[in-house]
Amino acid sequence: MGLQTPFYALHVNAGARMVDFGGWDMPINYGSQIDEHHAVRQDAGMFDVSHMTIVDVKGANAKPFLQKLLANDVAKLTVSGKALYSGMLNEQGGVIDDLITYYIHDEFYRVVVNASTREKDLAWMTEQAKPFGVSVAHNPEFAMLAIQGPNAIAKTQSVFSTKQQQDSAELGVFFAVESEGFFIARTGYTGEDGYEIMVPVAEVESFWNALVAAGVKPCGLGARDTLRLEAGMNLYGSDMDESISPLEANMGWTIAWEPTEREFIGRAALTAQKEAGVANKLAGLVLEGKGVLRAHMKVLDEQGNEIGETTSGTMSPTLKLSIALARISKSAGEKVLIDMRGKQVPAKVVKPCFVRKGESLV
Amino acid sequence: MSDIPNELKYASSHEWARMEEDGSIVVGITDHAQGLLGDVVYVELPEIDTEVSAGDEIAVVESVKAASDIYSPISGTVVEVNDSLDGSPETINSDCYGEGWIFRIEPSNETDFEDLMDAEAYGESIDED
Repeated sequence: MGLQTPFYALHVNAGARMVDFGGWDMPINYGSQIDEHHAVRQDAGMFDVSHMTIVDVKGANAKPFLQKLLANDVAKLTVSGKALYSGMLNEQGGVIDDLITYYIHDEFYRVVVNASTREKDLAWMTEQAKPFGVSVAHNPEFAMLAIQGPNAIAKTQSVFSTKQQQDSAELGVFFAVESEGFFIARTGYTGEDGYEIMVPVAEVESFWNALVAAGVKPCGLGARDTLRLEAGMNLYGSDMDESISPLEANMGWTIAWEPTEREFIGRAALTAQKEAGVANKLAGLVLEGKGVLRAHMKVLDEQGNEIGETTSGTMSPTLKLSIALARISKSAGEKVLIDMRGKQVPAKVVKPCFVRKGESLV
Repeated sequence: MSDIPNELKYASSHEWARMEEDGSIVVGITDHAQGLLGDVVYVELPEIDTEVSAGDEIAVVESVKAASDIYSPISGTVVEVNDSLDGSPETINSDCYGEGWIFRIEPSNETDFEDLMDAEAYGESIDED
């Protein structure tokens, strides 16, 4: 028996097939993963993401601490509720985790990190926080629910209290607001509009049931993975990890090089990598032959030379094509071959983003 | 509880087999197997005229989760494959014992079919999983 989120009994009642995910008992699907995927692309679905870890960073030096800890610069955050995506790097420039930081005020930031990296993240953050005298504390008071899809905002609004409706009515993309104990963020991991909401544990059941009644479909981790892959979003541990530079993981945009005097952890290593030249990139692949791309398939150039490997792959339910993310040579051409169980199958190299707001980009 | 029709024979690797009137054997995967796989998105069918031995990998069923090898439960020659699975692989989920059949084989060894498990034995084998 693994760890259980506050939604556990609701998943079981909804007929979920439960699987172990990083030590947590989580729903993989509630029947059909593909139906759940389409619900998010076409209407509204919800995912229990309570296994993710909320870390509250508080203290007079919270801002300079996070400026040291993260490759992106929290100084960009000046409006309460604004969110920032960043890598947390080690001294070698490898990715310890990717995370979202919400700005509450200069002495209080709320950070959400991955489930599978909870212990090492907390240990690393606590260690780095020592010279700054700030507190780094896991916040267990919330469950977390992502509601995603073209109708997600409207359907969620319909179950909010009047006060919550007012507080979140004008909420911009990548902003959050606290309202009657809920922490409502307009963020997500699917390529659709929607919310990620921190829900007080005592209100989990009533909120879930109200959303079900409003027509929001429960969706499992299976659909979450195909949705994020279509959206070209990295999965930590698959598409990048501590041995991978953000410059080779399509995360270059998350590194704030300015101001040059900000000495974030990993900066020296990344600077050296840039000067030496970065060899690889994280690209998108669309399979042109038959089959299904999976992680760890070899990618070859047209002459048959190995130029990299896939890091995630699936059959895209939206595109009805097999797609993948792959770390391949920067000099790769538009056409590559994939070694699929001994057969070489042609694939097209594309930007690592396949679907946005229900529309194909390939 | 998964569906295990009494009139079929079964392999421990979750294929079912049915003998036709002409003595050929139709093969598919069981309800238990399709349930474990989840939504099927692609089936790699064998070539017609392929000669196989019992236990050989002969086809691949790919679901949203993973690729899963299908083994021939008997020795023989592939005489027909279910081409309709190319366009609608999800038939394996909706009708695994009917329209979701995968291939038909002309057996080369008469006892192979008799040696397969009956429904009761297969049901017990998946209880132990």
